[in-house]
Amino acid sequence: MALLEVDDLSVTFARRGQRTVHAVDGVSFSVDAGEVVGLVGESGCGKSVTSLAIMGLLPRQPGLRVGGRAVFDGTDLLQLDDRSRRDIRGRDVAMIFQDPLSSLNPVIPIGLQVTEVLTRHRGMKGEAAQKEAADLLDRVGIPDPRRRLKEYPHQLSGGMRQRALIAMAVACQPRLLIADEPTTALDVTIQAQILELLKELVRDSGTALVMITHDLGVVAGMCDTINVLYAGRVVETARRRPLFREPRHPYTVGLLGSVPRLDAGRGERLNPIPGSVRDVLAWPDGCAFAPRCTRRIDECVGAPPELTLTYDGRSYRCVNPPPVPGTPPPAATDAGAPEPATGGPVPAPREEEKP
Amino acid sequence: MTISPGKKREKIDRLAELAARDDERGVSLWREAFRRLRRNPAAIVGAVILALFLLIAIVGPFLVPYPADAQLWKGEIRDNIGYFPGPRADNWFGVDHIGRDEFSRMIVGARQTLLVGVVSTLIGLAVGSLIGGIAGASAGLGGKWGRAVDNTLMRFVDMLLAMPSLLLAISIAALLGAGLTTVMIAVGVVSVPVFARLLRGSMISQSNSDYVLAATSLGVRKPKIALTHVVPNSLAPVIVQATLTLATAIIEAAALSFLGLGNNDASIPEWGVMLADAQRYLDAAPRLAVLPALAIIVTALGFTLLGEAMREALDPKLRK
Repeated sequence: MALLEVDDLSVTFARRGQRTVHAVDGVSFSVDAGEVVGLVGESGCGKSVTSLAIMGLLPRQPGLRVGGRAVFDGTDLLQLDDRSRRDIRGRDVAMIFQDPLSSLNPVIPIGLQVTEVLTRHRGMKGEAAQKEAADLLDRVGIPDPRRRLKEYPHQLSGGMRQRALIAMAVACQPRLLIADEPTTALDVTIQAQILELLKELVRDSGTALVMITHDLGVVAGMCDTINVLYAGRVVETARRRPLFREPRHPYTVGLLGSVPRLDAGRGERLNPIPGSVRDVLAWPDGCAFAPRCTRRIDECVGAPPELTLTYDGRSYRCVNPPPVPGTPPPAATDAGAPEPATGGPVPAPREEEKP
Repeated sequence: MTISPGKKREKIDRLAELAARDDERGVSLWREAFRRLRRNPAAIVGAVILALFLLIAIVGPFLVPYPADAQLWKGEIRDNIGYFPGPRADNWFGVDHIGRDEFSRMIVGARQTLLVGVVSTLIGLAVGSLIGGIAGASAGLGGKWGRAVDNTLMRFVDMLLAMPSLLLAISIAALLGAGLTTVMIAVGVVSVPVFARLLRGSMISQSNSDYVLAATSLGVRKPKIALTHVVPNSLAPVIVQATLTLATAIIEAAALSFLGLGNNDASIPEWGVMLADAQRYLDAAPRLAVLPALAIIVTALGFTLLGEAMREALDPKLRK
């Protein structure tokens, strides 16, 4: 059994007078020790909510419902009481956040924030904690750690801050690390260093890593297995190579196609996916991606597509997947596809589909 | 002789290190705020006023020419009832209606004013921060009972807030009897709701910040998060408010004294009491009213100027 087994995770926000929002809808994936699993998708597809739900960090509010299971080493993280959840956080499961500046307390020195974790989970105090904190900073590649311990977050560069956050996250050698867009706020060069550091940590200590990102470059460089999320559902799961070589879901195809290419000619237009995730509400049934899909057919509307499992352990949710061998981003072949029959508001159809 | 490449590199390294050290000066957030404060002219004016006030209040009473309660008639009272000599060589500000040296009384009164201002503000700050801190921590981080605790405390604060401050102060003063302590408590209680609401609001907004989420994700316990993360980040507006409250506390204390609820010990002069005493002699000797009034205004102005400047210096949105 895998280290973390997420099974049919769902998160819904019900608000009075409004339709319920399914932020995460039946997400399942698993992570083995030493494995890097990516959760990929554009903003609003439920990546962050998934990770916060696993950590039990979703802000308590009326109308919030978390369903399904997230079994970590035999215990369901979603069923834990607050006390044991706090014990597990930071010790067995830790999280790295997107914005290192706002994730560090601006008014107390870095050292205090690192030792806090050590005191909490490893009972270290005073000089021992200081020494361990310095070792940790050293381990994540912060030079002159003793001095840095006394410094405030605003005195560190962006990369250093993220390193400090990583040091805090790995302070107790957690077995599972969730990184929520850890490099989004950083320069490309720093990004590479941080990714390298994360890779090293995974390799050296066998930590399992859940990598949440929208950056396919990061995915290509880091992840063993990738789950592509769209509108709160996993639409495709595959190992890294097959995913890049032959994506089976039109959304994945679109994602790959929208990456700016170095070898593209000057003046060549970028190739975005038309439309946006929009409100998840707007699509009561059927494939959530259908309104933006270039391969839309009649069967897309109605029931949400089942997960199709293929022989090599991949799966995807599409009734009309792109053909297997290689995929040039499909042109708008089915421009004449009929409008979806449902009465619900449909996100703006593309130009050429207007009657 | 040419420099070897190795030496050259060493030199560059040293330069880089120096540059890096230069860069890292402005150490803490507070020091940074202080630097901004120093560049603000209003802050300088306020600080100078307050420095003078503090100096007078602390060392002044030891240097005054006469005891504050000594009567210094030189035969005027017999010559001309209702006439008090104005400024003269012996009494720089003249004497008051019972012949006491106005200058000495003003200076000794500064100490009383400072005492009332500081103590009442501290009372308000302590009680208000305690209530607001508990409410803020329960509302922002508290579990099942958080909301209930917050609601109970804040409704109590709302009750205080609903009463006009002077009326509240008068009721308290009436309850405890006139006296300096009463004034301090009354003025302090009046500022409790302001501090409570301010700290609570600030703490709730800080509780939603990323670093609180990050600390939570590391398993740090809630009381610890409240004390080491939320409270230190919520203090800036409270400190600013404390400075501003010093100004209002001085004015309110004067008002209570003016109404006869303040200091009842005639041997200890106090600006508010002096103002109250002077109103009967406004025709004969307006200076007796003008001087304490002016002193109160200038002191309050000093605190306000400094407080406003601190608000600007500590406001993260105005930073750079």
